[in-house]
Amino acid sequence: MKGMTLIVKAITRLIAGLILLFGIYIVAHGHLTPGGGFAGGVIIAGCFVLLFLAYGSEETTNEMKKWRASLGESLGIFLFWLLAMLGIFGGTHFFLNFLSKGKPMHIFSAGIIPLCNIGIGIEVGAALFAIFITLAVLKMGGKE
Amino acid sequence: MIELYLLLALMVLGAVVALEAKDLLSAIISLGMVGFGLVLAFLILQAPDLAIVQIVVETLTLIILIAAILKTSREDTTEAYGLKKGLLWGGGLLFLIIFMLFANQAIQSLPQFGFPVMRMAENYLALGLEKTGAANLVTSVILDFRAYDTLGEAAVLFTAVMGVIVVLRKTGRKI
Repeated sequence: MKGMTLIVKAITRLIAGLILLFGIYIVAHGHLTPGGGFAGGVIIAGCFVLLFLAYGSEETTNEMKKWRASLGESLGIFLFWLLAMLGIFGGTHFFLNFLSKGKPMHIFSAGIIPLCNIGIGIEVGAALFAIFITLAVLKMGGKE
Repeated sequence: MIELYLLLALMVLGAVVALEAKDLLSAIISLGMVGFGLVLAFLILQAPDLAIVQIVVETLTLIILIAAILKTSREDTTEAYGLKKGLLWGGGLLFLIIFMLFANQAIQSLPQFGFPVMRMAENYLALGLEKTGAANLVTSVILDFRAYDTLGEAAVLFTAVMGVIVVLRKTGRKI
């Protein structure tokens, strides 16, 4: 798939990093401000989709990108599940908040909730990008 | 509250145009009107969490739909004539009347708009910060009180992606 015009590429180069940073901010502050893993993950996926559309992609690297997105998605949901299981092993029940609560309104507070948000953020971002790249690979394969 | 009703009227209008437009690109733009109207409605009803997700998902959906239009056809070719059209309209109207009759009875028994019955939620609201330490109450509900549901949601997304990757794979395809 070839990329878009110079104007789109230049603008994308300027704002793609900011979009990714905003997504990470939404994920990391999920327990303090509106947002969280789902919203931030979708924004991160949007950043990757924008880069893919603007700059295009070599056919040979697509399979690798798809594999990485799939791996990221699996790792994200595994992290979330592992945090839930640690509650059983280290304590009493599933999803036990075993870390200290900390002071409210601080970034290191609320125990495992920020960690769960990070897991969900990775999972959602990688999942949406995996769907997008699978469709793109299918379309390119159809032309041959 | 008047701006919310204006917005809802605009969204209904957009949905009707999306159904009736002959040009599919106009239909998709009208569908976008419904989606972005929903974003504004969430903001007016003070649900920024939902608005953030909705605005990004809506944009991605529009991109995918427009890409589908560019690859296929811009014209809506499904059109019913004569008896079939009459049957479709008649059936639709009959369903609408029956639905309205039952919905009217159901809505009578609901609590007033903006004043929900909160037997469980009162507890969450009062003790959310103290029990979980999360300042954002929505997060404290979805990742602590109801974390099990959230794990299910994430598993649904995971399964959906697994299905997409398996169905749309390139290796092993006959064609």
